[in-house]
Amino acid sequence: MEKWYLMTIVVLIGLTVRWTVSLNSYSGAGKPPMFGDYEAQRHWQEITFNLPVKQWYFNSSDNNLQYWGLDYPPLTAYHSLLCAYVAKFINPDWIALHTSRGYESQAHKLFMRTTVLIADLLIYIPAVVLYCCSLKDISTKKKIANVLCILLYPGLILIDYGHFQYNSVSLGFALWGVLGVSCDWDLLGSLAFCLAINYKQMELYHSLPFFCFLLGKCFKKGLKGKGFVLLVKLACTVVASFVLCWLPFFTEREQTLQVLRRLFPVDRGLFEDKVANIWCSFNVFLKIRDILPRHIQLIMSFCFTFLSLLPACIRLTLQPSSKGFRLTLVSCALSFFLFSFQVHEKSILLVSLPVCLVLSEIPFMSTWFLLVSTFSLLPLLLKDELLMPSVVTTMAFFIACVTSFSIFEKTSEEELQLKSFSISVRKYLPCFTFLSRMIQYLFLISVITMVLLTLMTVTLDPPQKLPDLFSVLVCFVSCLNFLFFLVYFNIIIMWDSKSGRNQKKIS
Amino acid sequence: MAAFTIAAGTGNWFSALALGVTLLKCLLIPTYHSTDFEVHRNWLAITHSLPISQWYYEATSEWTLDYPPFFAWFEYILSHVAKYFDQEMLNVRNLNYSSSRTLLFQRFSVIFMDVLFVYAVHECCKCIDGKKVGKELTEKPKFILSVLLMWNFGLLIVDHIHFQYNGFLFGLMLLSIARLFQKRHMEGAFFFAVLLHFKHIYLYVAPAYGVYLLRSYCFTANKPDGSVRWNSFSFVRVISLGLVVFLVSALSLGPFLALNQLPQVFSRLFPFKRGLCHAYWAPNFWALYNALDKVLSVIGLKLKFLDPNNIPKASMTSGLVQQFQHTVLPSVTPLTTLICTLIAILVRTQQMILLPQPPEYQGIQPSIFCLWFKPQGPRGFLRCLTLCALSSFMFGWHVHEKAILLAILPMSLLSVQKAGDASIFLILTTTGHYSLFPLLFTAPELPIKILLMLLFTIYSISSLKTLFRKEKPLFNWMETFYLLGLGPLEVCCEFVFPFTSWKVKYPFLPLLLTSVYCAVGITYAWFKLYVSVLIDPPVGKTKKQ
Repeated sequence: MEKWYLMTIVVLIGLTVRWTVSLNSYSGAGKPPMFGDYEAQRHWQEITFNLPVKQWYFNSSDNNLQYWGLDYPPLTAYHSLLCAYVAKFINPDWIALHTSRGYESQAHKLFMRTTVLIADLLIYIPAVVLYCCSLKDISTKKKIANVLCILLYPGLILIDYGHFQYNSVSLGFALWGVLGVSCDWDLLGSLAFCLAINYKQMELYHSLPFFCFLLGKCFKKGLKGKGFVLLVKLACTVVASFVLCWLPFFTEREQTLQVLRRLFPVDRGLFEDKVANIWCSFNVFLKIRDILPRHIQLIMSFCFTFLSLLPACIRLTLQPSSKGFRLTLVSCALSFFLFSFQVHEKSILLVSLPVCLVLSEIPFMSTWFLLVSTFSLLPLLLKDELLMPSVVTTMAFFIACVTSFSIFEKTSEEELQLKSFSISVRKYLPCFTFLSRMIQYLFLISVITMVLLTLMTVTLDPPQKLPDLFSVLVCFVSCLNFLFFLVYFNIIIMWDSKSGRNQKKIS
Repeated sequence: MAAFTIAAGTGNWFSALALGVTLLKCLLIPTYHSTDFEVHRNWLAITHSLPISQWYYEATSEWTLDYPPFFAWFEYILSHVAKYFDQEMLNVRNLNYSSSRTLLFQRFSVIFMDVLFVYAVHECCKCIDGKKVGKELTEKPKFILSVLLMWNFGLLIVDHIHFQYNGFLFGLMLLSIARLFQKRHMEGAFFFAVLLHFKHIYLYVAPAYGVYLLRSYCFTANKPDGSVRWNSFSFVRVISLGLVVFLVSALSLGPFLALNQLPQVFSRLFPFKRGLCHAYWAPNFWALYNALDKVLSVIGLKLKFLDPNNIPKASMTSGLVQQFQHTVLPSVTPLTTLICTLIAILVRTQQMILLPQPPEYQGIQPSIFCLWFKPQGPRGFLRCLTLCALSSFMFGWHVHEKAILLAILPMSLLSVQKAGDASIFLILTTTGHYSLFPLLFTAPELPIKILLMLLFTIYSISSLKTLFRKEKPLFNWMETFYLLGLGPLEVCCEFVFPFTSWKVKYPFLPLLLTSVYCAVGITYAWFKLYVSVLIDPPVGKTKKQ
C-alpha cells in the first residue's frame, strides 16, 4: 500500500488517544467495599491464579461469588489467568488470595491499563485495519480515514480505557469473524466468532446474523452438494472450538451447568441500573419489574426481541450478501439491546461495532448513531469521573467524521440509502418528498437535546425528590433515538436496492 | 491527521488540524507536570498579591520570578482569571499547591494561549510559495508545514506535559517572521521586541533580526551586484525602528527604572551562577567536550597517566552537581562560551551585513562571488535565524535541552521548501526531539512520549520524502543508520538498563548516552546547515532553472 505511512500515523493516533484516556480514573477507584469493574477484573486474576479450574465458577470459602464472582465464559477466565501470571512476576501482592482485595496502586493501574492496550493492539486494531483495507469501491485515503474514525470511536475507548473492561477482545474477535465471513474464509470467520462468544456471552447478540448469513451461503451453494459440505464443516468448526474452550468444564455435568448458570443469571431481573432500552424507559411510566412475575418478563422480552429481528434475519438467509450481513448485524444487535432480558448499558458497544463497519457506506446515520451511543453511556461515565475525556474524545470523533466523510453533504435520499424506500412510499403517498430534510432536522434536534442534557447533568443538581432525573432522561432520550435507528436500519435492509436488483435478475 | 486530509477542497483542513491538536492537548491534562508548574503558580501568586515593587524581590519560594516584565504582566492578567477557579493558588505562601482546579486552570491557560500560535502558523502558511502544489492535499507544502508546526512533538510535550508557556511565545516569533516575509517590517520588529520582553532566551536570535532589519529595511537600495549602496541609508526607517523597540522596552522596563530596580531585575534575568551544563547535559558541543574529557580521564587512569587522587570526586558523578570539573581538558568559563557563540554567529551575520537584499533583486548574480556574497531575502534571514539559534544552543552557557525548539520551529519553515534543508531539518528534529525524552521520566508518560515521537517522526520523514520524491534521497546510509540507532538506544536506556546491575552503580549512564548520541546528530546538523549556508547556490539561480 502506497500510503502505509498514513495508516501507521492513524493507528498511532488511535493508540495515543487510548493511552491518554487511560491516565484518567477507573470504575470504583477508591470506593470500598465493592469497588468496580477494575476490581472485578483484578479479582478474576486472583481467583483463576490461586484456585483450581474446578472451583472458578463455584461458591466456596475462597471464592465468594457475591464479590465479583466470575460470570464470563472460559476464555475470559483464561485471559485473566494469563494476566495473573504476568502480575505474579511483577508483584505477587497484586493477586494474593484474599489479601489482595481492593488492591489499588499507581503501578497496578499501569499494569492493568497495559494489559488492555496489549489486548487491543493484538486483536482489535489489526482487525479494524484489515477490515478497512478489505473494503472495495473506496479510495485508499477513504480507507485510512475510515480506520481513523473507527479507532476514535469514543464509546469503546472510554469503556475499555476509562471504565475498565476488555471489550476490545470480544469485539475484536467478532470483527475478525465478520472479516473472515465476508472474505469467504467461512471456517476461520466462524472460529473467530466462536472465540468471541466464548470470551463474552453478550456476543450472542451477533450470533443470529452470523448463523443466517452462513446458512444462506450454504443454501445458495445448494444443500445437496457443496452447500452441505460447507454446512458440515462449519458445524464441526463451531463444535470443535466450543469443546476446546470448555474442555475443563466438560468433565462433570454439574460443572457445565454451573458455568451456564453463572453466564445467564436469569434471576437478576429485566434490567439493571439505567439502560437506554425499552424496558427501562417504559419503567418511567409503569413499573413492569414489580407488576409482572419474572417468567412472564422473560417470555415477553424474548417475544419482542424475536419479532423485531425476524424480518431482517429471514431476508439475510434468503439473500445472503456482505452488505446485508453487516446491516443485519446492526439491527439484530439493536433489537437485542432494546428488547432483551438483563441488558447492561455497555452492551450498546455491541451495536456500535457493526455500525462502525457501515460508517463508510452510510456516514451520516452511522456518525449520528455512534454519537447517540456514546451519549447513552453518560451516566456511567460521569460516575467514573470521565467527563473530560468523554467530551474531548467525542468531539475528536465528530471532527474526524465530519472532515473525512463530509457527512453534512451526504444527506440526500440516495446517500441515506432510502431511495428505493421513498420511491415505494411515493406510489401511495405522492407528497412524500420531505424525508431527507426531515432526517436532517431530526439530527439537529437530537444533537441539541444531547448537548443540552449533558450540560444540565453536569451543571445542575437534580431536584431532591428525583435524584435520578437526569440519568433517566438521558436513557429515555437515547432510547427514543435507538428506536428510530432500529426502524431506519430495518427499512434499509428490507429495501436494499442492490439485492433487489439481483432478485430481479434471478427472476 | 490523515482523515483531516480528506477534507480537501473544502479548505477546512486547517481548522481540523488545529482542533485535533487542541483536543489532544486537552487529553494530556492529567499527565505528569514538572516543577515548572509550581514555578508558574508561584508567579501567579506573586504578581497577584504583591505590588510591582516587590515582584523581583519576592523570594518565599525558590522559584523566583526570572522572566522579563511582560511575562510578569501576563501572569498578572492570568491571575485575575485564576481567582475564579481557585483563590488559594494565588497565595504566595501556598507552596506546591496543586488542587484539581488549579491544574485545570493552568493547563487550560496554556491551551488557550496557543490560539496565538495557531494564528501565527496560519500566517506562516501564507508565506510559503505554493509552486510545488501537487494534486493531493497531503502533499501540499502548506499542509505539511502546518502539521510540522502545530503537531510539533517538542512543543506538545514541553508545554502540555512538562508545563511551560512556549506555545504563544513561539507564536509571537513565527508571527514576526511571517510579517518580515510579508514585508511588514515594522510589525515584525514590534512583535519581536515584545517577544524579547516576554522571555529573554530569544536574545539568541536577536542578531539575525538586527542585521536583517538593518540591511534589508534601513538600506533601501542595492548596487547591481547586490552589495550595499551606502548612500541609500534611510534615517527615517532607522529612527522609526528604534522608536518601536524603544517604546516597547520603555513600557516593559520603564516602571522598574522608575523604581530604581533595574539592576535587581537584570540580576534575576541573567543568573551566571549556574554551571556550564544543566544537570542533564543538553546535547550540544559541551556535551561532546565533557564526554571526551571523561573518556580521556578513564583512559588516563587505566594507563596510569593520571593520579586517581588528583581527580575531583564530583566528576565521577556527573550530573549530580551543577559545576562539572574537567579532569583532562581545560575547564570552560562563561566567557569562552560567549566567544565561541559569537564566532559561530558572526561568520554568518557578517556575511549578512554584506549581502542581504530584498528578493526583487535576486537572480542576477553572475559572478563566483555570489557563492559568498549571495542575495538574501527573508529566506536568507530565516536560515540565519535558525543558525543563530542552533549556534547558541551548541556553544551557549548552561543551555537547556528545551532550547532546541528555538532552532526546530523556524527550521520547519525552511524544510518544506528545499530538499537540502529538509534533510538537515529531519536530522535536527529527530535527534533534538529524542533528546527531550529525559524530560518525561515517569512510567505512565513513557508510552505517550514514544507514541507521539513516532507519530511526529514518521509523519515528518515520510511527508517530506513524498514532497521531495523527485530529488535525490533525503538521507545517505550513514544518516539513516544514525537515525535508526535512536530506536535501540531508547530500548537500552529505558527498557534494558533499569534491569541491569549498572543501575545502582552508574545511574546517569542512560542520560549521558542519550546526551552524547544526540549531540553527535545535532552537531552534524549544525555543521551541515552551516556549510549549506556558506556554499549553497543562491536562491535566484535555482529559480532560473
